[in-house]
Amino acid sequence: MMYDDIAAVSTPPGEGGIAIVRLSGTGVIQAVAECFLPFNPQLPLPARASFSLNLGWIVDREKEKIDEVLVSVMRAPKSYTGEDVVEVNCHGGTLAARKCLEEFLQRGIRLAEPGEFTKRAFLSGRLDLSQAEAVVDIIRAKNEKAMKMAVSNLEGKNSAVIKNIEDRLIRLNAMVEASVDFPEDVGELDYREAGDILLELEEVLNKLIRAGERGEIYREGVNVAICGKPNVGKSSLLNALIRKDKAIVTDIPGTTRDVIEDYINIRGIPVKIMDTAGIRGTEDLVEQIGVEKSIQVIENADLAIFMLDMGTGISQEDMDLYIHLKNKKAIILLNKEDLAHKHIKPEDVEKIFKGFKIITASVIEDRGMDELEDAIENMVLEGKLDSDDLDIMFNMRQKKALLKARSTVQELRESLESVPLDCLGVDVWEALEAVGEISGKTLKEEVIDRIFRDFCIGK
Amino acid sequence: MLYDAGKYDVAVIGAGHAGCEAALAAARMGCRTILFTLSLDNVALMPCNPSVGGPAKAQLVREIDALGGEMALNIDKANIQVRTINTGKGPAVQALRAQADKREYQHEMLQTLLKQKNLDLLMAEVEEIEAPDRKVQAVITKTGARYECGALVVTTGTYLKGRIIIGEVMYDGGPGNQFPATKLSAALEKAGLRLGRFKTGTPPRIDQKSVDFSKMIEQPGDEKTLRFSHISPENGRPQLSCWLTHSTRETHQIVMDNLDRAPMFTGVIKGRGPRYCPSFEDKVVRYAHKDSHQLFIEPEGRETDEMYVQGLNTSLPEDVQIRVLRSIPGLENVHITRTGYAIEYDYVFPSQLKLSLEARAVEGLFTAGQINGTSGYEEAAAQGLIAGINAVLKVQGKEPFILKRSQSYIGVLIDDLVNKEADEPYRLLTSRAEYRLLLRQDNADLRLTELGRDVGLVDDYRYNRFQEKKKTLEEAREKLKKTTFTPADQTMSGLLEQKKSAALKDRLSLWEILRRPEMKIRDFVVAGWLEDPGPEILEQLEIQAKYEGYIKKQEDQVARFNKLEDKKIREDLDYDQVYGLSNEARQKLKEVRPVSVGQASRISGVNPADINVLLINLEKMRRN
Repeated sequence: MMYDDIAAVSTPPGEGGIAIVRLSGTGVIQAVAECFLPFNPQLPLPARASFSLNLGWIVDREKEKIDEVLVSVMRAPKSYTGEDVVEVNCHGGTLAARKCLEEFLQRGIRLAEPGEFTKRAFLSGRLDLSQAEAVVDIIRAKNEKAMKMAVSNLEGKNSAVIKNIEDRLIRLNAMVEASVDFPEDVGELDYREAGDILLELEEVLNKLIRAGERGEIYREGVNVAICGKPNVGKSSLLNALIRKDKAIVTDIPGTTRDVIEDYINIRGIPVKIMDTAGIRGTEDLVEQIGVEKSIQVIENADLAIFMLDMGTGISQEDMDLYIHLKNKKAIILLNKEDLAHKHIKPEDVEKIFKGFKIITASVIEDRGMDELEDAIENMVLEGKLDSDDLDIMFNMRQKKALLKARSTVQELRESLESVPLDCLGVDVWEALEAVGEISGKTLKEEVIDRIFRDFCIGK
Repeated sequence: MLYDAGKYDVAVIGAGHAGCEAALAAARMGCRTILFTLSLDNVALMPCNPSVGGPAKAQLVREIDALGGEMALNIDKANIQVRTINTGKGPAVQALRAQADKREYQHEMLQTLLKQKNLDLLMAEVEEIEAPDRKVQAVITKTGARYECGALVVTTGTYLKGRIIIGEVMYDGGPGNQFPATKLSAALEKAGLRLGRFKTGTPPRIDQKSVDFSKMIEQPGDEKTLRFSHISPENGRPQLSCWLTHSTRETHQIVMDNLDRAPMFTGVIKGRGPRYCPSFEDKVVRYAHKDSHQLFIEPEGRETDEMYVQGLNTSLPEDVQIRVLRSIPGLENVHITRTGYAIEYDYVFPSQLKLSLEARAVEGLFTAGQINGTSGYEEAAAQGLIAGINAVLKVQGKEPFILKRSQSYIGVLIDDLVNKEADEPYRLLTSRAEYRLLLRQDNADLRLTELGRDVGLVDDYRYNRFQEKKKTLEEAREKLKKTTFTPADQTMSGLLEQKKSAALKDRLSLWEILRRPEMKIRDFVVAGWLEDPGPEILEQLEIQAKYEGYIKKQEDQVARFNKLEDKKIREDLDYDQVYGLSNEARQKLKEVRPVSVGQASRISGVNPADINVLLINLEKMRRN
């Protein structure tokens, strides 16, 4: 039986030790292989045997690491669904798994419908006949739950925004179709109005997507790495931040001797804060592993706090570390402002580290800490603040639909005057379908009603 | 007294656009066929607008032609003007539309029917249907003649219990004051079909002598001769013009002042009318902000002075109609020859039909055309053709002929009829066809002629012409793909420069160069790179090259669509034994009895979870 490739996060949402993304279909091994960097480069995924477990990283198109994962391969027909199945074990919490899933979805894999893995398992004969009714119950229950969640997500103010998007898109579609089906009553398409609608749509969609991302940050949190040379005050900063936050979520002891993690809460944003070991050239093998680990932590972080010691000045060690921060979101924290003899002038720092946010502080004396929290909040929510009238959370399906709608609307806007109307109409259907998925409606059916409502038809 | 009047394979009741196609198809496929009509003087009557074609409808007419039907050939013989509309909006929505010569259209069709081998015509009213054991056996006419038949196609249009309404005046009647069919409704109900009631209307006709055309805008036909049929000869006759005028504030005031006499508003008319064809009084009320509506004055034929007032269909009282018309520029002294009216009629809820158009309740009973709740001559003809074909296949004990939505507008039309609940007469629109970039009027023959040949409706002449065309097309396409040019080629560089097209960077084929919007295939012929294969093939090649990307995209969509279409469901599936369906879905599935999971997914009230549940249950049954 030939089906398309599907993927979904298969572990329940919430904090857990690991989260699993499951994929099924004839193309999934190849698709995962494309974004999997095996720890042992000699062992690419398609070459691995069935039921093998593979260590490595999921990387994005720029080869940036998303998460360190264990990937298991189960080939057809000996798998849960009877098709080729890949399971990606990500780090716990939902963020890592979601990011990996998004990466897979960008490679042409479809998000699984509720209960779809089980459905396939049954259809391929992996589950016996007596389980048919159980499978039906699973599909029913999961669909209802998904529907309920989607609807409750979109209640109140938000539903008005979605409604507004639907409405504009239906209007646009009705304009195109009326011009095509009733040319003598309606005349040519009003390209100016169509352009305006598309522009407005793009703006509203942008706003919604930003609001969704902001909601995602509040729900999923961000990773912040503290880095700097030894004795710059990293542990003190970590402790200070923890002290400020009374509601510590969990307390995970350092997984290696070099990285200490803690979950804290800054201005309502869950932050996983990681204290790294110093990074310097070393011959010591144990220390070398620590350094590599630290670099990886910095790479994985959404934001880095780069600490400089005002007492010692800027050293070669600081510059070595800076190489890893150049293209990152980072805050430079000039610590030990309380010292009498300072060897760093903030003006010099501004010159050397152009474009970075710089804060002068004394962690010991609790100075500059509010400013640091401000800076963290601002940088994490950067560009997502103008949508503060919206408080919205999207599930993966909705997010994907929104992104699809936005890209279609953008394409439509670019091609508006150069593509003939019949093709344009087909592209508008695509956007309509995507937006319909957000609230689970078939909007196309409303278009014909709209033609008769908005246009005087009937010659 | 009943008497035994004979035995036929297929009987058709009604000789309108559906009935003519059904009867011709059945006879041409070799069945002994009889066609009953209330009046032999009125076969293929166009009781409303004098035109054929337009968006979605032109595609239908071309499809009928590609399958070996008659409508395209007939309108090519009997038109007074043909135009292409929607030029510049893309090939998928471009559509031919012909103004018909109504009398000539009827005359030509009658001649075709009379000459057809295996076909008998009879002027008679059928009043009863014999269907013991839920299987059609015979029909009985008003005069007591009993005709046995293997299959029956009912195409009664708006004649079933037809009722004419003009203001306060009401009487029983068919369109254009024909006799209505008074008894057949009861016969259909007795056979087990449920009937509903729809309404439609038509404008007044006027005398050309009383019209002042100097106050109107002339609308001539296209210069070149355009034809619907792939095999019609040129008719080459001069084209007649239509005329454009408009209603005025005064017109609208007259309507508003007389709403208390308008049956649409007084509650006299209960049947639902079509929104795409509203009465003039409806338009005035609903679009109160508009001071004026377009009106087209169209000749009804070459040999008549009667003209049709397109846009003014109305059931206002006769005296109001006269005043309304005379308030329109150019019609100040107009004389009405026929009064506009509304008509109510019985129709069969089409959800009772299979995709073959056979009623589920009665084996061998097919319905087609307006009786199925559609509107339009083209929609009727398309259904008639399919019903005719399937009546024959039924008699021959063969599988029904069903076109998919991805193959044809005919498929979209019938699939919508059966699966979607409509509360107004159904009209086909290009926006109803999700794969419309593939379903163009220009490629109807490429899509369907082979299928028409397989069922035995496409004759040798048509088929040979088609084969030739296909061969020429493929050869020309090969030529375009194989002929390549380097940037060094002088002639090509010159042409590109002349067309303001970018110079070549690499070696490109003519096919690839043709994709550029500014390039025209004609230029390649002029340059001598391609032998002229005729305008039809040039157009086809140009569309195929320029829209390749979009066409590919739609073809991929069709491949996905077909996965569920190919999952068949047994007709006698006991939906009460399907575990886990929602109540609404169960109800609907029991009613429509879809033949595939794809069809099930399009039934109103069946949601995606129900489809998954259905798939699981089907698998379970398969294994049991």
